[in-house]
Amino acid sequence: MYPDDFYYSKDHEWLRIDGENATVGITDFAQKQLGDVVYVELPQPGAQLEFHQSLGVIESVKAVSDIYSPISGEIMEINEELNESPELINEDPHDKGWIVRIKVKNETELENLMSASEYEKFLEGLED
Amino acid sequence: MLPFFCPSLFLLLHLGLLYGSKYISQRCDVQRTRLYSAHKTAGAKFVEFFGWEMPIEYTGIIQEHMAVRKKAGLFDVSHMGEIVISGNQALDFVQYLTPNNAAHLDANKAQYSALTTPQGTFVDDLLVYYLDENAYLLVVNAANTDKDFQWILSHKQGFDVEVQNKSEDYTQMALQGPGANKILQPLTAIDLAEMSGFAVERGSVEGVEAIVSRTGYTGEDGFEIYTLAQNPQKIWDAILEEGKTYGLQPIGLGARDTLRLEARLMLYGNDIDESTTVLEAGMRWLVKFKKGDFLGRESLLKQKEEGVRRKIVGFELLEKGIARPHYPVFIENEKISEVRSGSFSPFFQKSIGLTYLPVDFTEIGTECAIDIRGKRVKAKVVPTPFYKKEEKQ
Repeated sequence: MYPDDFYYSKDHEWLRIDGENATVGITDFAQKQLGDVVYVELPQPGAQLEFHQSLGVIESVKAVSDIYSPISGEIMEINEELNESPELINEDPHDKGWIVRIKVKNETELENLMSASEYEKFLEGLED
Repeated sequence: MLPFFCPSLFLLLHLGLLYGSKYISQRCDVQRTRLYSAHKTAGAKFVEFFGWEMPIEYTGIIQEHMAVRKKAGLFDVSHMGEIVISGNQALDFVQYLTPNNAAHLDANKAQYSALTTPQGTFVDDLLVYYLDENAYLLVVNAANTDKDFQWILSHKQGFDVEVQNKSEDYTQMALQGPGANKILQPLTAIDLAEMSGFAVERGSVEGVEAIVSRTGYTGEDGFEIYTLAQNPQKIWDAILEEGKTYGLQPIGLGARDTLRLEARLMLYGNDIDESTTVLEAGMRWLVKFKKGDFLGRESLLKQKEEGVRRKIVGFELLEKGIARPHYPVFIENEKISEVRSGSFSPFFQKSIGLTYLPVDFTEIGTECAIDIRGKRVKAKVVPTPFYKKEEKQ
């Protein structure tokens, strides 16, 4: 379910390292909690983000949720497809539903994040 | 209805999910309806709703919403409150508490009405059913059941009546959508085709005693079914089975809210409350001044003569975004109101909502702006109901 080569945050974002950049999205667990996503407010490319800063907002029919950046750096690219098809986040949260690409400023911040197995354990704890 | 351990709200808050306040209550003695296990089996996602653990969605709000518009949906609405007023002066008392004319009710007719304050504002909105010559059933909002019960008790002095809160005894289901009639008919001897809007019949559904009314909260044709039986799931299961060929599916509170908003049906706590009068809410039609005295009559009569200063209107966003309850509403750079109900509309695929505006700004097409997280997003006043079902051919 949760790809092994991803990093995960306690706020249910995932992060995948692609060379100098990190691709960021929300996890399958998060999209299920939100329900049907109908709008995504994306940041501007070039914006500088601190670790855990809000980088955008996801709205489902019933909920509004901040997306927190799991890492510091500059926004290199945003997933423009989400403007027209926000439901990609529900349909394919770990791939086509990616949200932003960030140029990683400080790799040591990855230590703040969880591995897939740690994240799955974390989810089990939440469901108790 | 067994109490169970209150689930922590940690999950929702941790995710930063800002559910509307109506979805979050502080109470921990959560109740379940008699249909709870059916929902669990069907894979419902639950939410705590004013002390009740209710299904918020099964397959997804948008899919469920469209199923009700195009086919049919079945809702468990047993969280609704049921208060029975009985005794020699039951009618007089109901007449005193509510602005509509309950004298027009009989065993075959229900009525939409309100509990009004002396100021003509809403204690609650409700349905009134005639049970017999000396007994009326008030169906009230789950959020207000206790408040309403206390309100009614506090006004009964001088009336020869008894007031009972029967909320835990009733199971209430709503079968809504264009397929509702065809699905329900094989399960009951009641001639459903003969029932017009707000008609009421007593009979059995799948062998279980029930009250059936042609009412609902979705903007579609449909029925609400009340039963005191211990085995209401017999009805629930039979309807789902019968409805299979019509595409019927169970529907959660999430789609119930978007359906009712498209149909501009008021939600207590959002659109109407103790600060909004019946006339401001556009319900002049349910105030029967000629029927005699009732709570709020004097205030409402005065407001009618002077004219209301503000009125509830529908709006839609002209730009991207979703207007949510409490977001500020601006006209010409002045904060003038706030959003009452506001949501993404699954049918129209855009953001719609309700707000109160000064009467000078209520004309269709009036431009306003909604403040969404600090950004002004253009909106305009549109006719309501947003959605109207197609009339029968």
